[in-house]
Amino acid sequence: MRETVGDRGRTLHQYDGAWDAFYRDRWRYDKVVRSTHGVNCTGSCSWNVFVKDGLITWEHQATDYPTTGPDSPDYEPRGCPRGASFSWYEYSPSRVRHSYVRGVLAEMFREARQRLGDPVLAWAEIVETPLKSQAYKSQRGRGGFVRASWDEAIEMIAAAHVYTTKTYGPDRVVGFSPIPAMSMASFAAGTRYHALLGGTLLSFYDWYADLPVASPQIWGDQTDVPEAGDWWNATYLMMWGSNIPVTRTPDAHFLAEARYRGTKVVAISPDYADNVKFADDWLAPHPGTDGALAMAMGHVVLTEFFRDRPVPYFLDYVRKYTDLPFLVTLRNTGDAWAADRFLTAADLGEANGEHKTVLLDAATGEPVVPNGSLGFRYADDGEGRWNLDLGDVVPVVGLDPAGETVEVDLARFDTGETEGGTTIRRGVPIRWIAGHPVTTVFDLVMAQYGVRRGDLPGEWPAGYDDADAPNTPAWQEKITGVPAALAARIGRELARNAERSHGRSMIVLGAGANQWFHSDMTYRALISLVTLTGCQGVNGGGWAHYVGQEKARPVTGQQHLSFAFDWQRPMRHQAATPFWYLHTDQWRYERVPADELSSPLGTGRFAGMAFADTVAAAQRMGWTPGHPFFNRNPLDLTDEAAAAGRPVAEHIVAELRAGRLGAVADDPDDPANFPRCLTLWRANLLGSSGKGNEYFMRHLLGVEGSATAAECEPAQRPRDVAWRDEAPVGKLDLLTAIDFRMTNTGLHADVVLPAATWYEKNDISTTDMHPFVHAFSPAVEPPGDAHTDYDTFLALADKVSELAVDHLGVRRDVLAVPLQHDTPDELATPSGRVRDWRDGECELIPGRTMPKLIEMERDYTLLGAKMRTVGPLLDKLGTTTKAITVDVGPEIEYLKHRNGVIDGRPSLATAIGMCEAILALSGTTNGRVARAGFAALEKRTGQPFTDLIAGHEDDRITYAQTQDAPQPVFTSPEWSGSEKGGRRYSPFTLNVERLKPWHTITGRQHFFVEHDWVAELGEQLPAFRPPLNMARHFGKPGDAVDGGVTVRFLTPHAKWSVHSMYHDNELMLALSRGGPVIWMSVPDAAKIGVRDNDWIEAHNRNGVVVARAVVSHRMPEGTVFQYHSPERTVNVPKAEKSKRRGGYHNSMTRLLVKPTHLAGGHAQLTYAFNYYGPIGSQRDEITVIRRRTQEVEY
Amino acid sequence: MRIRAQVAMVMNLDKCIGCHTCSVTCKQTWTNREGTEYVWFNNVETKPGIGYPKHYEDQDRWKGGWILDRKGRLTLRSGGRAKRLSRIFANPDLPSIDDYYEPATFDKDLLVSAPAGLTDTPVKRPRSALTGEPMAITWGANWEDSLGGQSGQDDPSLARMATKVKLEFEKTFMFHLPRICEHCLNPACVSACPSGAMYKRAEDGIVLVDQDRCRGWRMCVSACPYKKVYVNHATGKAEKCTLCFPRIEAGLPTICAETCVGRLRYLGIVLYDEDAVLAAASVPDPQDLLDAQRAVFLDPRDPGVERAARDAGMPDEWIEAAKLSPIRKLISEYRIALPLHPEYRTLPMVWYVPPLSPVLDAAGAAGRDDADADDVFHTIRDLRIPVEYLAELFTAGDTEAVAGVLMKLAAMRSYMRSRTLDGTVAQDLLDRIGMTAEQVEAMYRLLAVAKYDERYVIPAAHAKDAAALDAQAAGHDGCALDCEGGPGMSDPFHLSARP
Repeated sequence: MRETVGDRGRTLHQYDGAWDAFYRDRWRYDKVVRSTHGVNCTGSCSWNVFVKDGLITWEHQATDYPTTGPDSPDYEPRGCPRGASFSWYEYSPSRVRHSYVRGVLAEMFREARQRLGDPVLAWAEIVETPLKSQAYKSQRGRGGFVRASWDEAIEMIAAAHVYTTKTYGPDRVVGFSPIPAMSMASFAAGTRYHALLGGTLLSFYDWYADLPVASPQIWGDQTDVPEAGDWWNATYLMMWGSNIPVTRTPDAHFLAEARYRGTKVVAISPDYADNVKFADDWLAPHPGTDGALAMAMGHVVLTEFFRDRPVPYFLDYVRKYTDLPFLVTLRNTGDAWAADRFLTAADLGEANGEHKTVLLDAATGEPVVPNGSLGFRYADDGEGRWNLDLGDVVPVVGLDPAGETVEVDLARFDTGETEGGTTIRRGVPIRWIAGHPVTTVFDLVMAQYGVRRGDLPGEWPAGYDDADAPNTPAWQEKITGVPAALAARIGRELARNAERSHGRSMIVLGAGANQWFHSDMTYRALISLVTLTGCQGVNGGGWAHYVGQEKARPVTGQQHLSFAFDWQRPMRHQAATPFWYLHTDQWRYERVPADELSSPLGTGRFAGMAFADTVAAAQRMGWTPGHPFFNRNPLDLTDEAAAAGRPVAEHIVAELRAGRLGAVADDPDDPANFPRCLTLWRANLLGSSGKGNEYFMRHLLGVEGSATAAECEPAQRPRDVAWRDEAPVGKLDLLTAIDFRMTNTGLHADVVLPAATWYEKNDISTTDMHPFVHAFSPAVEPPGDAHTDYDTFLALADKVSELAVDHLGVRRDVLAVPLQHDTPDELATPSGRVRDWRDGECELIPGRTMPKLIEMERDYTLLGAKMRTVGPLLDKLGTTTKAITVDVGPEIEYLKHRNGVIDGRPSLATAIGMCEAILALSGTTNGRVARAGFAALEKRTGQPFTDLIAGHEDDRITYAQTQDAPQPVFTSPEWSGSEKGGRRYSPFTLNVERLKPWHTITGRQHFFVEHDWVAELGEQLPAFRPPLNMARHFGKPGDAVDGGVTVRFLTPHAKWSVHSMYHDNELMLALSRGGPVIWMSVPDAAKIGVRDNDWIEAHNRNGVVVARAVVSHRMPEGTVFQYHSPERTVNVPKAEKSKRRGGYHNSMTRLLVKPTHLAGGHAQLTYAFNYYGPIGSQRDEITVIRRRTQEVEY
Repeated sequence: MRIRAQVAMVMNLDKCIGCHTCSVTCKQTWTNREGTEYVWFNNVETKPGIGYPKHYEDQDRWKGGWILDRKGRLTLRSGGRAKRLSRIFANPDLPSIDDYYEPATFDKDLLVSAPAGLTDTPVKRPRSALTGEPMAITWGANWEDSLGGQSGQDDPSLARMATKVKLEFEKTFMFHLPRICEHCLNPACVSACPSGAMYKRAEDGIVLVDQDRCRGWRMCVSACPYKKVYVNHATGKAEKCTLCFPRIEAGLPTICAETCVGRLRYLGIVLYDEDAVLAAASVPDPQDLLDAQRAVFLDPRDPGVERAARDAGMPDEWIEAAKLSPIRKLISEYRIALPLHPEYRTLPMVWYVPPLSPVLDAAGAAGRDDADADDVFHTIRDLRIPVEYLAELFTAGDTEAVAGVLMKLAAMRSYMRSRTLDGTVAQDLLDRIGMTAEQVEAMYRLLAVAKYDERYVIPAAHAKDAAALDAQAAGHDGCALDCEGGPGMSDPFHLSARP
């Protein structure tokens, strides 16, 4: 039937032909499978994968998240264009379907293996014969892969690991894989393998510069943030360096929607980023100056809401929950004073009082030792008293400024000849207690921010418009370019909103503010705003850091099984930044001496030291890990001790004292100290995250990179760390890449193993962005030889066990491990007073002045068997997370029934079994475990907690449920917030509502950080530290080049990729510009005659990038962006400058190590994996950009 | 009165995050096949910008849509039937592939198979997906993303503004404009089709190209002022957004809507009077088109309308859905949604809530009333996106109409801030926008809480219709022209003639 209506050419008709079957057929499918995308992305979105005729056709977001309730937006449909295009990889040309080995290596190995009859001997011959090892190392990245069978590739890797373990030590076998939360079983497979082998596992959170070091400093907590749904509860929402629509795409709608509820939104971003469109106000500080803006806002808050009109809500909050009332001793600096350390009960004469901090009772004016400080956390007499209950005590916040005063010197970094800045002198009121002049943290903070009370002496600002006095609005305008009145108004609005709403002002913090060398100081200034105003621990308020953060919600099971704590404790966890700084020889190019950073307030303790020296010192004092630690095979060390007839620890101490045994960090270029095998899975280290990429190429791989930096002059060389005139190249014997796509890492690997994609495996995923745990499920079988990560590492472990029969057998290993956070190790260094045994300042005492020395047996023939079962140590020791120990006997029994048994132990033979075990052992997914943990916490704190799990004590989440739909987790002592009753998760609500201390020296949130190394850098109090002055340290990169413009080189996250993933995906390439680009401002482009889409080159001493220019008026002058991270394998021509393949954004970077991030041994400044450690920052860098010839060669 | 139902869409641009998930899920499902590489049934543009294809809004160039002739009668801008037929073999108003973009693919399998002994790491180079030849990428489906490039200065809407705007850092503004086929009430593409292959489905208003009847004349491409009909260069036939009719028939939202991460898309039924369409499209003053089109819509809560609908054979389920329709609420009740380029006179059925934006002069605004820290919002006159610019897009230049919508959004935010923080009802704000507290709070719920079943109210195809549709689907047996390289239809972009 055909019906036509209307006239003059207007038609409306219905046609009954069957033509539309094409579209109907296209929409038809056979099945839908729930899965998600693992690793790197913190989205953790649940997806429906559609399968037709055995092929994956497309994916759409799941929409079946449990509701947030009738009056708030739901989580559906979480996702983004990257995830929506993932299925492209399934059948893409860059899919790795088979095992590959570089041809020259394969030939040599096959020949030697045939001849010698033993793969381990074959490997030994190749790597120990210089001509042979040179032959394959020199071909890295230069093509020539040949197919190997799965078994052959596995055998080669196993042989290398066995040989390295036997010859150099298991700690020379290194593994790296980031972000467990978004595919826990896949992560656990490889980490468990390395743990059982004795290998070294590298951290990622600090290495990525995603770790907000301020979080451990302030809260003693790695990172804990609100779920996205809690943005809805904010009534004032600032986005500070966080481009939410691009980097938190699945949840950006909560931001848009909260505005309709009346929430004011402020965007702070140097460019007109995608998120700015949602703001009411846009503040565009110059990159890296965020700390100045925050300090000025803090100045306004302290002036107007504490001094001029003290707000009861704020005062009450800071009394209970911050260190502001606590007393700090002052030290005499000659003609003035400086802040020193917290006054402790020991000063008052109390036994074991070194870790109990002191405040003044307003009623009596006398010092009081309140509950909740570190001294109550582990001590027997602290049971029931580790809490924030102040009883009748009302702490004094700020001494009487009309009383006795002294002048203190305070650090400022915006002036002076060095990075260390100068000081400013301002008065604080004091009291004398136990012979010490003391003041409160509050008084110091008021002085630091420049808020004068009464007639306090010293240099004070004349007012907000005093541009010379640090921390005023006018002062920040000079630095940031943000109008003073605007900065003041936003600070005022934030505080006023917090006052009206009792804490519902939130600051979303992002990489734009975080990934700088001095990120911790910037963050402390930012976080102070929401701590002063009582927003932390309040739904809708506080900090919200979303930078590579992740949250393995079932953290207890995830950690204990990933790190094989069911068999042995601990494993070799290594902070990656100092590891790579040393082992890729980036330290050899260092031009910034360590004491360049020292404040005049310091005592000169870094004089003559290089950053490499600070790494070595922090490792030997047991603050930060140094795996591999000894310059000998640790397996041999235990044999030596046995031969000498003395305990291993005693032997090691004696050998160290005698100087016969050394540390790897003392001589990283000694071939005995090289990392030998590196296995990367779920990671693209050499194409995405490897800061100082060209140094990785040269020194680790033996590939000539495009760095042109000269090595440091003799005067700049380390004081302690040995300098070898010839820098080693090609340190690594074996680089293994396990991936489903061919990346820049794969191209440089010796062996590439084909991996299953996320649509081909079982696993589980969680995030902090939402409160659910949900599943990966296989939609199709992995193609070719591809295996899941889980099965790959089982195969590898089996092969190692087999080869171990002849080559390793049972050995004893000794681990040098640093003082650990959330353990009594926090008590090792009272007040953070540093003593270095090497300088004779103290004895060598393992676990106190040096690393703990822990011996353990390794039966290498059982590696595969141990991978496959839950070990017996859990039955004996239970699980321990954040110092809470839970007996998991019932869970072991449950798992025997659920997973089946192997040799009487619960099976972990499959990824599903691993998922079940993770879920069973964790409080967030097993109500019984949560309850047991809360009961333990009740005992220590004397506060009620078990009611938080009421109604869920008998509930547990199983893997099958996570496949059915996203499952909401339970409230658990593993975290600091509550989900009870469907509440949105906000961190620290348990601290605030249940008076649970933070894991810090005072038990409160810190403004004042005590440690000698922190004091040396002048960073005890929040302050603005500007970006490093790279032009001064390294010379302006453009000076020698005609026609270039020197600019800051920033690497924010992209819309079209998640790291380098998706940057090779043709859908994402089609929607962007099909290859690497650098965004520039219109004036910068004009300076060098560049038009949109011209080819340009960026170069500095570290390397060269070739890209096309995106010229945009959105960009501020003086700054360029290369979004993190273009994939070097797509549309990257050769550089004119180096004649080599153009680099990616990390070709422009080189590591610098901030010594305060190594500081340890004391309270919240103790080590834990991904909790504390130097960040691999990359934002302080500058580059020259120039137009190049438009003829490009590939 | 001839009553009809249309499945229509509203996109709230104020919520659009510019993520392009909609584009990807749409393309993955519908157009990731040979012949449609360059085709995005759904695309997202950054505004200001010239869009995809380039300058599609410039009808002086492309001759899309309708105009009134000298006698005030509606006629296609591309000319009468005779004129169009005279150009059937050489249509000058057709975008070339470069006006869209030449789709790229990349070297296959080079990374794994690269031979030994290269001097450098292997790399995949771009090649034309159309010819396989190496190519330089110089334009793309989304070249102007987030204000990339400086082509935005040539945005036709900017050019039409009386107040000249220079695109510079201090005055930056942008927003995203997702676009699908408008499924117009008065579709120019349908009228321009010489083969009668294009039609608007009677039961739900979806505009489709009958692939059996299409002869590849491409008059639809020219006539569509939104350039949302494309040529499949492998079959030579026209293809376009189908509003995911196989899903709509099953009561499911379109893919672009369901996968919209910003939760900004709404789908629902609008009832309208077919007999009133022509007159509405023919009102002399383009600024009257908005109200004229609104007047075509019928209120299903009106008993007369409901009776008429029932008499016309409309299923009860559809009438109930029309009452609950979020589209009806946003367009007709709250009156905050506006049509895109009403001056094209096609009476488009994908409408938009215009976006708010940050204050333009932060420094100036900072000086307004610093004493009152509770006065946190700015007036809509201070916002960055010029109201004039939005008016060029949505109201044929009527700035008051756009300002009125922005005022409602702003007032809703202030009203809700008082409700949230203090529990008070700001009556003065309600008075200013002429809405009741119930209306504003309902509008707030629809825009902010926006539950799935409130965003999408789509009745499944009525049972007997569905059966009929199934029967139709079963009998398809292909057509002479839809094979690859069908007669006379290959190489529509004249790629073979390129140097």
